[in-house]
Amino acid sequence: MDKNISFTLKVWRQRGPKAKGAFESYPMKDIPGDTSFLEMLDILNEQLVNEGKEPVVFDHDCREGICGMCSLYINGHPHGPEGGVTTCQLFMRKFKDGETITVEPWRSAGFPVIRDLMVDRTAYDKIMQAGGYISVNTGVNQEANAVPISKDVADEAMDSASCIGCGACVAACKNGSAMLFVSAKVSQLNMLPQGKTEASRRAKAMVAKMDELGFGNCTNTRACEAECPKSISISNIARLNRDFIVAKLKD
Amino acid sequence: MTKIDSKIPSGKLAEKWTNYKNHQKLVNPANKRRLDVIVVGTGLAGASAAASLGEMGFKVLNFCIQDSPRRAHSIAAQGGINAAKNYQNDGDSVYRLFYDTIKGGDYRAREANVYRLAEVSNSIIDQCVAQGVPFARDYGGTLDNRSFGGAQVSRTFYAKGQTGQQLLLGAYSALSRQVNKGTVELYTRYEMMDLVMIDGRARGIIARNLVTGKLERFAAHAVVIGTGGYGNSYFLSTNAMSCNVSAAIQCYKKGAYFANPAYVQIHPTCIPVHGDKQSKLTLMSESLRNDGRIWVPAKLEDAKAIQEGKKTANDIPDEDRDFYLERRYPAFGNLVPRDVASRAAKERCDAGFGVNNTGLAVFLDFKYAIDRLGADVVKARYGNLFQMYEEITDVDPYKNPMMIFPAIHYTMGGIWVDYELMTSIPGLFAIGEANFSDHGANRLGASALMQGLADGYFVLPYTIQNYLADQISVPRFSADLPEFVEAEKEVYAKMKKLMGIKGKRSVDSIHKEFGHVLWSCVGMGRTKEGLETAISKIDELRKEFWSNVFIPGEIDDLNVELEKALRLADFIEMGQLMAYDALTREESCGGHFREEYQTPEGEALRDDKNYMYVSCWNYKGEGVKPELLKEDLVYEETEVKTRNYKV
Repeated sequence: MDKNISFTLKVWRQRGPKAKGAFESYPMKDIPGDTSFLEMLDILNEQLVNEGKEPVVFDHDCREGICGMCSLYINGHPHGPEGGVTTCQLFMRKFKDGETITVEPWRSAGFPVIRDLMVDRTAYDKIMQAGGYISVNTGVNQEANAVPISKDVADEAMDSASCIGCGACVAACKNGSAMLFVSAKVSQLNMLPQGKTEASRRAKAMVAKMDELGFGNCTNTRACEAECPKSISISNIARLNRDFIVAKLKD
Repeated sequence: MTKIDSKIPSGKLAEKWTNYKNHQKLVNPANKRRLDVIVVGTGLAGASAAASLGEMGFKVLNFCIQDSPRRAHSIAAQGGINAAKNYQNDGDSVYRLFYDTIKGGDYRAREANVYRLAEVSNSIIDQCVAQGVPFARDYGGTLDNRSFGGAQVSRTFYAKGQTGQQLLLGAYSALSRQVNKGTVELYTRYEMMDLVMIDGRARGIIARNLVTGKLERFAAHAVVIGTGGYGNSYFLSTNAMSCNVSAAIQCYKKGAYFANPAYVQIHPTCIPVHGDKQSKLTLMSESLRNDGRIWVPAKLEDAKAIQEGKKTANDIPDEDRDFYLERRYPAFGNLVPRDVASRAAKERCDAGFGVNNTGLAVFLDFKYAIDRLGADVVKARYGNLFQMYEEITDVDPYKNPMMIFPAIHYTMGGIWVDYELMTSIPGLFAIGEANFSDHGANRLGASALMQGLADGYFVLPYTIQNYLADQISVPRFSADLPEFVEAEKEVYAKMKKLMGIKGKRSVDSIHKEFGHVLWSCVGMGRTKEGLETAISKIDELRKEFWSNVFIPGEIDDLNVELEKALRLADFIEMGQLMAYDALTREESCGGHFREEYQTPEGEALRDDKNYMYVSCWNYKGEGVKPELLKEDLVYEETEVKTRNYKV
C-alpha cells in the first residue's frame, strides 16, 4: 500500500495574460500516494472553494495520458521529473514527504498564460491548419488494402503520430521551438505513400506558420525529446529538415 | 398519443440506404454557400461532420469545449474500429456485422440504422487510410485485424492501443484543412448553453466563451449536436472531465425526445476504484481480453485470504482458479459482450469471490499468454496498456495479474433521432454517442468509433441535405432576433441564480453524493425499490444543489466552478430521467439489468412482447415526470432470439 505524504505546494497564480503573476504556497496534508497529481490539485481546489477562495485554474481532461490537455511544469520539468508520462499519469507516490513541489504553467512566447496554470495553445491548431493533413475529401476512396505499406513504415508513422500535442517540447526548449511537434506530424504524413504528393508543400507551409507564430529555432539541445511524455524521437526533426531542404531546393 | 415516425425508407433491408440516397433531395453548390450549419462538438462525429459539410460547401460553425478539437474524448478509445472488410477470410460480411450488432444490442436497436452502419463501415476504413491514419499492418503491407467481444470473426482495425487517437487526429486533420480553406469557423473553449428555436425549428445556439465567461449568440439554418454521452452523471466514469450532457439536456428541454436513457454501458475491464479522492476511472482496453484470461479464486477461503492480503494471485494454483467466463460461456469465453462480462464479474464479487482489499475486483491474467506467446509478443501487442496499468497501480502486469472491475463507460441512450439523424425538433440533428440509434441496449467493442465516423462522414452529409434543400430560400438569420435575446437572458438568469446561492457545499461534493446514488441504484443491478429510492433521493439532491451550492469567482469571467455547476444541474435532470426509464422498463436487456427479471442461470430476461420499443421521453416542465412515448421496433428481416453466448 502507498503511504500518505505531506508537502508544500508552490503554485503560480496569474489573473490574466497581462497580469503580474506570483507563487503562492499551500500546505498539503496526508495525501495518499495513489492520488494522481491532478487529483491532488482537486483536493487543493476543494479546500480553496470551502474557504470561499477561487480555485487554481489548470487544463486537464481525459486524465489517462492521451488528450494532451494537462500541461504543468513541475519541479522544473514539463509533466514533472518522472519521464514518459503526462501530468495526469504522475502519482504522488513519486514525491517525498516534506518536499516542496513547484508548479508552473508552460512558459513560452508561443503559449501565453490565460490564467494561473492554463495557457493558450491555439498556435498548434494554426500550424496544423497550415498543412497538417492529406488533402482528401470525404467520399469514395481507394480500397484500403490497394497500396501495401510495409510494416516498418506503418509502425514508424505510428510512432510519429503518437504525439499528443501537449506542448511539453516547446516548454522544455530554451528557444521555445516547436520543431518536435511540427516534425512529428510532417514525418507521419510524409512517410506514408498517401502523403507524399504534398510532402514538400506540407513541410514548407507548417514550418513557415511555426516561424510566423513566434516559435524559436531548433539548436539540437534534445531537451524536447528528453521531456516528451510520449518519447517522440528527434529523428523526426532530422526528417523534417531533410524534407524542408529538398522542398527549398526544388523552388 | 404522439406518433413517432422514424422515417425508415421502404424496400428490402439491404436496399434501404441506396434507395434513400437515390431519392433524397440535394442542395446545389451555389445554395450550399448560402446555408449555415452549427456543429457542436469536435469528437469523431462532430469533427468528421464539420469537415465533410465544409468540404461540400456549407458554411460551418464548429464548437469545441477544449482548447483544441484534438482533445475530444474520442481520443481515449484504445482498442479499435470494426468494419466488415473480411480481410481475414473468416466469414465476415456486412450482414454479419449487422447481425452481431443487433444481437449484441439485445434486439433493442433499429434494424435499418444498424444495417446502414454495417454497410458504410468499409468506407470508413478506406477514408481513414486515405487520410494517413497509421493502422497496424502485417509484414505483407496489408492491414491487420484483431478480435473484440461479441464477434466470432476478426474485424477490428487498430493503431496500437491508440485507435481513437489516430482516428480523431485524422478527422482533426480534415477539419483543420477546412478551417484553412475558410469553410469551417472553429470556436475553441466554447460551451453550448442553450438551443435557440424560431417557429419550431432549431436556428442557433447560445454559447459561453469559457475564457471570457461571456455569452454569445450564433445563428444557422441547422444545428448538429455531437456532444457525446452522459456517463459523467455518475461522477466516476471512464469519461473525460469535461464530458457532459448539458447540450443534450437543453435540446430535450426544448422538445427533443430523449431515447432509452436507462441503457448505460458498464465496461468490464477498468482499474478498480481506490480511495475517495479519485476523479475518474481508467479503462483497460477490451482488446486485452483477446489474450488475457479472467478469473477469481474458486475457493471462498482463497478469496478471503487475497482480500486480507495474506495471499496473492500467484499463490493460487491453476486448479483452484475459476475462469468463470470460460466456464459459463464456452463458445465466446473471455470475449463475451461487455454487459455479460460485467454482470458476471459482479455476480462473482457479490458472492464473495472478489479480489483486491475491497473485494470488488477480478483478475485479468496474462501468465497464460506469456507462456504461449512469449513476453515479447505480449509486450508488442499490449505494451503501452501494461505500462499505463503499472503507472497507475504500481503493479507489474507481466508478473502479477491485473485487477479489474466494471465501470461506467458509454451511454447507448441519447437524443432520439429518425433515420435521417434528425431529432424530433426540425433542423436539429444528433450524431455519435449523443444520439441513441445504433447500439440498442448494449454496444459492442470497437463500434463506437465506427458509429461516430459513420454518422459524421457518411450519413449526416447526405441526410442533412434532405432538410436543407427546403431551406434554400431562407436568408441568413441575425443573432439579434428576439428569440436569441430571450434565450441569452434565460441562460444568464440561470447563471446568476447559481452564483447567488452562496451556500456551503462545493459542486464536486454534491456531484459525488449524487454519483453514489446513481451507481448503487441505477448501476449494474437495478430493482424497482432501488429506482424509486433513487428518484426521491435525486429530488432531495436537486433541492440541496439549488439551495446550498457555493461558487466562488465572477459570473462574467473564466469560472471553472460555475462551469461545473451548470453541468451538474443537467446531470441531475439526466440521472432522474435514467431512473424513470429504468423503472418503466420491466425487463432486463443489454446494459439494463433489472434483478427481478433474470433467468435461473442469472442471464438477462427480455420481455419482447411488452418492451420491444424505444422509450422516448418528452419533457413536460421543471420537476414534472416526463411523458413516455414509444417507437415500436419492427424487425423485418431479423429473427429475434434470446442472446446466447454459451454455444
